[in-house]
This record gives sequence, C-alpha cells and structure tokens, in this order.
Amino acid sequence: MKRYIAQRLGYALISLALLSVTIFLFVRLTGDPAVLLVEPGASQADIDAIRHQFGLDRSLWVQYGLFVSSLVRGDLGNSFYYRTPVLELYLSRLPQSLLLAVAAMAFSLVIGIPTGIIAAVRVNRWWDSAGKVFALLGLSLPSFWVGLLLILFFSVYLGWLPSSGSGTAAHLLMPAFALGWYFAAAHMRLTRSSMLEVLGSEYVKLARLKGLPEALVISKHAFKNALIPVLTLAGINLVIMVNVAVVVETVFAWPGIGRLMYEGIAFRDFPVVQATVLLNGAMVVIVSLIVDVLYAVIDPRIRFAR
Amino acid sequence: MNGARTATLTAGWRLSAIRSIRSEGFPLIATSLLGLLLFVALFANVLAPHDPEVGSLGERFRPPVWQQGGSEKFLLGSDHLGRDVLSRLIFGARVSVVVGFTAVLVAGVVGTLLGILSGYMGGWVDQVIMRVTDTWLALPALTFAIFLAAVVGPSEMNIVIILGLVYWTRYARVIRGEVLSLKERDFVRLAIVAGCSKRTIMRRHILPNVLNSAIVLGTLMLGVVVVTEAALSFLGVGVPPPKPAWGLMLADGKKGLMAGYWWLTVLPGCCIMLMVLSANLLGDWLRVKFDPQLRQL
Repeated sequence: MKRYIAQRLGYALISLALLSVTIFLFVRLTGDPAVLLVEPGASQADIDAIRHQFGLDRSLWVQYGLFVSSLVRGDLGNSFYYRTPVLELYLSRLPQSLLLAVAAMAFSLVIGIPTGIIAAVRVNRWWDSAGKVFALLGLSLPSFWVGLLLILFFSVYLGWLPSSGSGTAAHLLMPAFALGWYFAAAHMRLTRSSMLEVLGSEYVKLARLKGLPEALVISKHAFKNALIPVLTLAGINLVIMVNVAVVVETVFAWPGIGRLMYEGIAFRDFPVVQATVLLNGAMVVIVSLIVDVLYAVIDPRIRFAR
Repeated sequence: MNGARTATLTAGWRLSAIRSIRSEGFPLIATSLLGLLLFVALFANVLAPHDPEVGSLGERFRPPVWQQGGSEKFLLGSDHLGRDVLSRLIFGARVSVVVGFTAVLVAGVVGTLLGILSGYMGGWVDQVIMRVTDTWLALPALTFAIFLAAVVGPSEMNIVIILGLVYWTRYARVIRGEVLSLKERDFVRLAIVAGCSKRTIMRRHILPNVLNSAIVLGTLMLGVVVVTEAALSFLGVGVPPPKPAWGLMLADGKKGLMAGYWWLTVLPGCCIMLMVLSANLLGDWLRVKFDPQLRQL
C-alpha cells in the first residue's frame, strides 16, 4: 500500500515537473517571452527592462530555476488588466467555477446513470438504441452551441431564464445543462458498459440462482458494484469540467476561471493565461492522484496488483 | 519489390473495404454527408453565390429567404456585416475540412510513430515517451490548446500544429499497447531471427499491422478536432477573421442572438454538428468492424 502510494506520488511529481517544463519551453521556444510579458504598446526600453527583470537574458537552465522557484513561492505574476496578483484572481474565481462544475456534474449523473442502467438491463432493445442515439448526440454537439441554442430558446423566445450573469439558481440552470450535456453522455456510456460487465459476473449469477427478484439483483448487487468506475470517472471529470467550462462560461458570461482565461486572451493579459493553464493542469494531476489513492484504499485488488 | 508489396497491401485493403460496405450497418448517410462536405469544400469557390469575406453594410442581418424580409439575394440570410451566410457556410466547410483532416493526419503520424517507437524499443525510450504522453493526456486538451494558441497567435497553420501537438498522445497510447502484443507474435520473432534491423521490423512488420487502429482512431478524432477548432475560433484564438470558420461565425452570431437573429447561431452549429456526427458514426462503425479490441474505447 505504501509502495503504491509512493509510486503514484512519484508519477504525480513527474507530471507536475513535465507540466512546468512544457509551459516554460513553449513560451520560450515559440517567440520572445518578453513581448508576451510586457503590456501591449510598450516601448523597446520597457521590453528590455522586463527581459532583465525576469532574467530572460540568461541561460535556459537559470531561467527555468527562476520560473520554478517563483512558482513554488506561489508567485504567478501580476495581471496587466486587474493590477493584482494572478493567484488572488484565480482563487477568487474558483468558487464560481466549482459551483458550476458541481451543478453540471449533478445534472450529468442524474441523467447518465439511470439511462445507462436501463440501457444495460434492456440491452439491444429500443431503450438501448435510444440511449446510443442520446450518447452519440451528447458527444457530437459542441457545448457552446448547446448553450447558445438554450439562450435563443429560453431567454430570447420564451423569456424564462436570464441569458447571462450569475447569482441566482435561474442563472445556473442553462450553463449547468450546457456543460453537463456532454458528460451525461459519457457517464451513460460508462454506466452501461460497467453494468453489463457486472451483470455477467459470477456473484450476480449466484444472486439470481438464489431466487432473488430481478429488481433486487439489479439494485443491490449489480448497481453498487457498477457504480465504482462511474464515480471514479466523475471525480476526474469534475476537474475536467472546470477546464472545459471556458467556452460555456464565455457564452453565459459566468464569472469563473474559464471566463478569467478568456479575458486573459481577449485583453492580451499573458500572466493570467499562463497561470490558469498551470493551475488547472496541476489541479487535474492532484485530483487524479487523490482518486488513484482513494481507489486503492477502497479496492484491494488494485493495491496488490503491482 | 517494395512497390509490388505495397500494391498487394492496398489491394487487400480495398477489397476488404468493398466487402465491408456491402455488409450490414454501414453508415451510408454519415459517409455520404462526409463526402458531400468534401465536395463542398473542394468546390467552394464555384458553389458560393457571394464573396464570403465582403459584405455590404446596408444589408445587415437579413433573414433567410423564407422569412418575412428575406430576399433571394441571401438565401440563408446575412450577418452583422452584411455578408452572405450561405457563402460563409460553404467556405467554412473548406476551413473545417482542411484543418480537421490535416490536424488528424499530423497527430496521427506523430502519435503512431512515437507509439511504435515506445512500444518496440522499450526501456528508457518507452519511459520518456510514456511520461510525456501521460502528462499531456492529463492536461485538458482544450485548455492546453488555448494556451498554445495564445502563445503563438492565431492562424490556420498554427491551429493545425497545435491540434496535432495536443492530440498525438491519444494515438501514442493505443498504438503502443498494440505494439506490445505484436512484439510477442511469431512473425516479429522470426524477423528478429532472420536478422532484420529494428528499423526494418518497425517499418515493415509493425507499422502495417497498426494502421487499421490508426485509421479508426483518426476517424474518431476527426470529430474531436473539428469541435476543438470551432471552440478555439469561437474564443478568438483559432482561425483569424474575416476567414469564414464555423466557430468564428458562431462567435459573430452572438452579436445578433439577443435580437433573435437565429440563423446566425443555428446554421453554423448545424454544420459543425453534422460533420462531427458523421465522423463519429463512421468511426464507431469502423471501430467495431476492424478492431474489436478498440470497442471499449
């Protein structure tokens, strides 16, 4: 167990290091980072000053050392637009992002799990086919387009829901639906295949042989076991949602991290863009680590596999 | 000799392809739609009734022809600069097809090569490639792509490179797994005994055997790539205006959304949806057809 956790931790650290190297190198190899770090419209003297201040005139190794040491100190630079440390900005937007992601997740699970179960229990019947169509549509409709259609229908034509902003539950409804839509399809697919696997297992056969009613077999024996992979995926997807929300947040002017990133791009506020990518990536790595470890704690088969 | 070998290989591929088309469940509609899209993209300059990038400000926000106020000049209406929506959709197909197919190709070539290298060479080569793959896979594709696009600036060429960089990891993972099992097969062992160099084995014995999977993955990736391109363009870091990309049209369409100019939002989205849906349908079918191992993907 300890060895497993140590190994996962090692992988996570390597991933974080590679993440910082990737971002560091891309910024430096694709052009002059001083031009990105300086405010738009700055003079050549300003650019040179920035270059010296950030050590961009020194060797790549020294630069990387400086980059990492400021990261470790939590210094991600200052936003040009807001004139405040980027980390503060990020943390102030995080709750809104999480709220949206949790709402979208709840929606995707409420839709995805029951439809997945029905599709598995009625495999190859019309319910299953309907589920397949739903999954295909979910995976094929871009979330931002779904968002725009929702606005068109519910805000412009019907006038029921506010088209943008945040604050009330009514504001949350459409963004959560647009964001959760894709994931509902993904969760449905996984629930279906996971249920099918469990339904073919020995212990479900035994439960049936015992003469348990089919409803009980499905709800008590199959469903609980089939749920494990779905919930694992959901845990990781929650972080992925915070990330892909950038388009949905842009559509609905939702004040989360995605919107922050979009503003960073629109205002050419490079420190903001770099910091959001770094922190989002780090968040994914850390949450995957937590999920892996929790999974091993719950399921001994994984712990002893290696 | 090499030419003859390739000829029999492609003939075999073609034969199995024809046989598959005759078989059940072939997604005829999806394939025809993709074919139509290719046709439209190829002959965009013949088909489009107007210049997609030039409009007349006096004719802004004209509705489609069947609505009140619509004219036959703009069959599907005009946008906020008075440009013909139909022409922009037609030229948008060209952007999506070009960016989509090239990006899938770039990602596929890089990912397949690295996957083969990683799987066949093993050792530290494998370790390095797989660590990078895992990290890049962990990075949310969209965020990563936005970051790269923000660094290098928007252009069609850059988008292709960015999408290739972001998505090669998907191929590398799957192909490596296949190579690991191919490596243990008799024909590879015999080739080693026969004294073939590693390069020859990878090129002549491994590569042809993973091509099926690469093609299946590529078809499935086409939808993902098209959506990502649209999202990037929508956010303003993709194809630069005034080029008519569907994602860009959606971003422009937002300007008329609250006024109820539905055609600017509904029509480009429909085009994206049809292309992605067709690619996914075809990809799903190919996956089941050629590669039962990939069904779980």
